[in-house]
Amino acid sequence: MTQTAQTIFAIIAEKALLAPSDLTPETRLADLALDSLAMVELIFALEEAFDISVPFNANDPAAQEFDLSSVGAIIAAVEGLLSQKAA
Amino acid sequence: MQRVVITGAGTINALGQDVTQTFAALAEGRCGIGPLDIPDVDRLSIRIGAQVRGWTPSEHFDLRGLSLYDRMTQFALWSARQAVDQSGLVFDGDLALRAGVVLGTAGGGLGTIDDSFRAVYAEGKNRVHPLTVPRLMASAGASHISMTYGLRGPAFTVTSACASSNHAMGLAFQMVRSGAAPVMLTGGAEAMLTFGGLKAWEGLRVMAADSCRPFSADRSGMVQGEGAAVFVFEALDHARARGAEILAEVIGFAMTSDAHDIVMPSADGARRAMQGALADAGIAAGQVGYINAHGTGTKANDSNECAAIRAVFGSDLPLVSSTKAAHGHIIGGTGAVELLACLMALQRGLVAPTVGHQRDDPECGVDVVPNVAREAQVEVALSNAFAFGGLNAVLALRRM
Repeated sequence: MTQTAQTIFAIIAEKALLAPSDLTPETRLADLALDSLAMVELIFALEEAFDISVPFNANDPAAQEFDLSSVGAIIAAVEGLLSQKAA
Repeated sequence: MQRVVITGAGTINALGQDVTQTFAALAEGRCGIGPLDIPDVDRLSIRIGAQVRGWTPSEHFDLRGLSLYDRMTQFALWSARQAVDQSGLVFDGDLALRAGVVLGTAGGGLGTIDDSFRAVYAEGKNRVHPLTVPRLMASAGASHISMTYGLRGPAFTVTSACASSNHAMGLAFQMVRSGAAPVMLTGGAEAMLTFGGLKAWEGLRVMAADSCRPFSADRSGMVQGEGAAVFVFEALDHARARGAEILAEVIGFAMTSDAHDIVMPSADGARRAMQGALADAGIAAGQVGYINAHGTGTKANDSNECAAIRAVFGSDLPLVSSTKAAHGHIIGGTGAVELLACLMALQRGLVAPTVGHQRDDPECGVDVVPNVAREAQVEVALSNAFAFGGLNAVLALRRM
């Protein structure tokens, strides 16, 4: 697992009150019972950890440029933003 | 029990700097939202707002006032001046001893806070303006109105986030109705379009980046505004005895709390607040012709509010509009500015539209008077305010 993935596992686990080992890349965010406040805190934590800006509007979580559907999707989306930043 | 009437109104907001201009803009379906012009706007991700333009405080206040008044207080004082002038009241003798003021604001003197924090944190200064504390006090607007007019009865500010003004006006209504005060100035003010204020809102991810489209299926969130409105609430007997022009009667008020969630609303709390206002006014739901909705343009509020409206009114739905799409969400001052739309409906038989409407949302299912004002004989109007933290306050007004 990359350092990026490990950090993301830790961030999501903390918000979901779980251990990182409880999560897999296939874990669906919808199954973690995160409320709307936990979601915006999660996004803030990702932005702070990686110095990125995540496009997200809570009014329409289903139609986001940033895929928040699963742990693996979040890792891929963060890596995408990081590669854009590096480019 | 006294009957309570409105004998004066004043405002400043993105649509105009008085009631006449605001009514004209509401009637035309004009939108006051545009690009923000504030320091560091390039560091914001949300760069639109309903900002008051062309406001020159030095045209309205003396030097002492200019050093003492935060923008929020300036808005409150300017609105109060219009309202008092229209009412024709002179506060002296026993009236001055018993009359008072209750305002609503959520943020208080946020511009002052922003300026002082910028000075010490960003600019590395070791002192701030010496009058920073009296400027930033949330109650400064109420204090300066009381001092300006010599109001020596009850004077204070209430804060309940986006319901602050409705709570303030509801308390003023109760005080006049009970006989505790013959006249109360009331309303609310907010000036939160600061870098720090907007940064805080950005974090919640509920702001629209393009436009405010309440009840529209494609709505994408709220847009902030700024401004104030102040009204003269007066006992009917007192107003009649001096031959005052009466703008409308305030007939009911109710407040409830959801006791549920700090940001997500509950339809039950909103329903109980509307039903409570009708019961307080002693009227049936069918008498209501217009509701000025809380209508923030967020997914969560609008569908919830419509469910509550349908629960109260069944199939006999009144017209519903959200004027936040025009003057923005004025947070703690919003209920006061929105009461103007109720006054326009009652006085002129003209219902302000919900501008920015693109297409109906089947989840809403009410007539939101899309984009174009509508003539309607409105006898009773409600004004809804449903704040973060589940604090609900609804006023009922009747045509006189």
